[in-house]
Amino acid sequence: MANENENIKIVKDATCTFCGCVCDDMELHVDLDEKRITKAKNACVLGRAWFAEHTIEDAPAAMIDGKEVTIEEAIEEAAQTLVKAKFPITYGLSDTTSEAQREAVAITDYIKGNIDTTTSVCHGPSGLAFQGVGESTSTLGEVKNRADLVIYWGGNPAESHPRHFGRYAVTPKGMFTPNGKKDRTVVLVDVRKTKSAGVADILIRPKPGKDFEILWALRALVKGNKLSANEGEWFWGVNIEEETGVSLETLTDLAERMKNCRFGVLFFGMGLTMTRGRHFNSGALLALATDLNKYTHFVAKPVRGHGNVTGADNVVAWQTGYPFGVNFSRGYPRFNPGEFTTVDTLSNGDADAALIIASDPGSNFPKKAIDHLKNIPVITLDTKSTVTSKLSHVAFKTATYGINTGGTVYRMDDVSITLRPAFESPFPDDETILKKIKKRVHELTLKKIHPGGASGEAKVAAVNPL
Amino acid sequence: MSASMRIVNGEVYDPKNNINGEIKEICIENGKIVDSVSDEATIIDAKGMAIMPGGVDIHCHIAGPKVNLARKLMPEARRHDVHPSTPFTRSGSGGTTPSTFAAGYRYATLGYTTAMEAAVSPIGARHVLEEFEDTPIIDKGFYVLLGNNIFLHNLIREKRMEEFEQAVAWWVCATKAYTVKLVNPGGDEPWKGERNSNVSDIDEKTGEAGDLSPRQIIEAFVKTVNKQGYPHPPHIHCNNLGHSGNYKTTLETMKTAGDLRAHIAHIQFHSYGGELGKNPISKAAEIAEYVNNHPNITCDVGQVMFGNSTIMTADAPLAYLLRGHSKGKWVNADTECESGCGILPFAYQEHIYMHTLQWAIGLELFLLSEDPWRIILSTDHPNGGSFMAYPKLIKLLMDEKFRHEEMKRVNQKALLKCSLPELKREYTLNEIAIITRAGPAKALGLETKGHLGVGADADITIYDVMDDKEMMFSTPRYVIKSGNTMIENHEFKTDSKGKVYHITPEYDNKIEETLKPFFESYYSIEFSNYAVDDRYLHDHHEIIKTG
Repeated sequence: MANENENIKIVKDATCTFCGCVCDDMELHVDLDEKRITKAKNACVLGRAWFAEHTIEDAPAAMIDGKEVTIEEAIEEAAQTLVKAKFPITYGLSDTTSEAQREAVAITDYIKGNIDTTTSVCHGPSGLAFQGVGESTSTLGEVKNRADLVIYWGGNPAESHPRHFGRYAVTPKGMFTPNGKKDRTVVLVDVRKTKSAGVADILIRPKPGKDFEILWALRALVKGNKLSANEGEWFWGVNIEEETGVSLETLTDLAERMKNCRFGVLFFGMGLTMTRGRHFNSGALLALATDLNKYTHFVAKPVRGHGNVTGADNVVAWQTGYPFGVNFSRGYPRFNPGEFTTVDTLSNGDADAALIIASDPGSNFPKKAIDHLKNIPVITLDTKSTVTSKLSHVAFKTATYGINTGGTVYRMDDVSITLRPAFESPFPDDETILKKIKKRVHELTLKKIHPGGASGEAKVAAVNPL
Repeated sequence: MSASMRIVNGEVYDPKNNINGEIKEICIENGKIVDSVSDEATIIDAKGMAIMPGGVDIHCHIAGPKVNLARKLMPEARRHDVHPSTPFTRSGSGGTTPSTFAAGYRYATLGYTTAMEAAVSPIGARHVLEEFEDTPIIDKGFYVLLGNNIFLHNLIREKRMEEFEQAVAWWVCATKAYTVKLVNPGGDEPWKGERNSNVSDIDEKTGEAGDLSPRQIIEAFVKTVNKQGYPHPPHIHCNNLGHSGNYKTTLETMKTAGDLRAHIAHIQFHSYGGELGKNPISKAAEIAEYVNNHPNITCDVGQVMFGNSTIMTADAPLAYLLRGHSKGKWVNADTECESGCGILPFAYQEHIYMHTLQWAIGLELFLLSEDPWRIILSTDHPNGGSFMAYPKLIKLLMDEKFRHEEMKRVNQKALLKCSLPELKREYTLNEIAIITRAGPAKALGLETKGHLGVGADADITIYDVMDDKEMMFSTPRYVIKSGNTMIENHEFKTDSKGKVYHITPEYDNKIEETLKPFFESYYSIEFSNYAVDDRYLHDHHEIIKTG
């Protein structure tokens, strides 16, 4: 624009919430007149697009059945819908602040509903594996400072998390890795040769769906066990190379490298968690990392996708005790993935109302789930018009976290970061809307409990000053 | 807002003000204890009841990254211990690592109104404050882990003590902490950088350059914190936790403090004799004697209670050692440049020699204590057992007959290696009020807590006096927090958010010029995004003065 310099604000050390890397070293150039970010220094290709695309659209802040209404009317309708429902579900949450996530859990608790996050369709299996095995892990800075063996398994960070290599794990120079990449061996295990292969010193390409077998074989090799009594090159009665596409020599070499490094790390992606074996795959990998601690220091870490999906896990866990797939219908939280996870509550036809926050299940869920979603009243909070918002009974348009609003996000390694918003949005943020819905549903649920007694409003004011 | 209130006819136990069971009126106005209130004040008739200040837990683990990892790790530990919502309170789940809401309410149901989270890595401070906001009723604060901080190690190594003092104060302020915590000082570097080894002697040279001993680190922190006058001294988890023969390390740690104030955490775990690698024997008498004779030392016991627990510690090598026994699930979580962490499920069993001895040593320490103000009740929740076991622990201390009944059920060989069977002492209600209220409040420097004098916070617990002390301390009839009746006739009447206590020691901003290059080189978040801003304290916090 011609009127540059006029009203340009520079925000330093801003945070990009596009992916789980949550890089907090952005320098944003904001055109306050145009209300857009014109430059995002330090951002990767995905981050640049994220910042560039978020402009203020001229659209209603709230709609009921596609017609513009006031925010207050929409809040009242949303609250009434949720309180009336017998099996209301809350879903999404991975692209909003932890402050908003806290309000969403509170609402679900008050309406005795069901809460689940996008974790159930990405690293949910890793969460389940975690419950079975535990995890040796670390913050990303420790990888930068210490890791001399970096293994990526079932992921393509060059395209999904472009700065993972440069900022955290492959090239940065750390305290005990003063020469950066030269001090590290990088291994990539993936069925395809992706763009990430460029950084790998060793590329291992197993046959699809054979991760568990390879991980289990590595566990044996690390412990010095033979894979079978039959000269070591046979695995469950078949040749391991024929079965998995990876030779025994390659695996033995990798096992030795893992045992002999000083600080090793296994990063794993959805190529592991969402393929055949799921939580068995994640569990095998976490168990391998645990085993390796007998010989050296070894950590593992899921490479999480959405900007604050880790926050969603954390908030749901600290408020309920469980990370996702939680149901409050009995007045206390119960955890049962497969029953209380959203694909299931929708596909089974359990849910009779849905509160969807910062997520678009309407465009990426199984058909059966989407069909059910179309038949129940849906309330959405989203920064953009989505398939889900278009099929919603009540739709709120909200401000974008990290661009228009502050708040807290959790990076993939559980490190929390405070956001620095770039410019104001005319739309309210998720937290504000959810707080108001919370207050109203609490009033309505108290009225249900004490019909004709003390009014819900007075009690809520006493309990919950907002 | 809280109305004025008058509590009449109750036996008051207020050790700080030398009131031991006398019938005395307590008046409350605007959340504080006052001399008198008008006739319109609400009256609580506490006839047949004991009135005490709200309980103060000086050492527990209830919020933050490691607690949340433990919650996620163990769904099985809480599915049978549900915490239903009420019209006024939120739901949750229990087990040894309860969800935030359940933790706050459950402390309140025991009559506790203040609890301090005892170990937070600086980078985890923001997360802790977020969880605190969801931990209702109780007031709280946390201790920040600085004993394995590489930047601070470098300053000690280079003898730049002035900068060290500035940097410690900076870190305390940047994280909104209440004091400094040291955990197995010097032990992280061998763990992370030398293939999971550990430091085993207080004078062993360790650290990033292999030239720094735990003693040097302890000395530096004790001197600095005392000089800067924090309300609570450095809170120290000594080296060699759990190892046979570790009492020598504990004594040396206390000697390192000289006559300066220091708090030794969960001292039971550090009172073992015997040879390394073999079964321990009790050295409770030696440890108790040292503490009795050194008024500069305070400690909490870290009592072991039989049953389920969760090991949750910044002492990562210790957790790995225990994992070697259990072979079960285990979490290790390294924090860049600052800390380590280990978590695993655990259970203390009566028939096991070690567990019985640990149980007995804790009780010995209580019973050998000559100054209950300085040997404070804790289970190092959830490491020695849940805080929900406090009423049973109180019964063990107050009821010798019960103690002997319990002794019949435990490993008898272990009882031969300690003096517990010979100890006849029974704690009085006044002494219980000291080890659960007045003592911890004093050790924390919280002047408005732990007593019922004029000006104190109106945090009050009213118990029906019963012979069964476990029952008595499990079921207070009234719990009043900041003048509001939270629990009346055993039922929650309302909800509230507690305060966050923190300190703000002074420092020269110039230290940031030294810190910043270190952060840029070795941290993974930007220096300007590291310090926790005031929003995370919301509008309910209080700064306790330093100096």
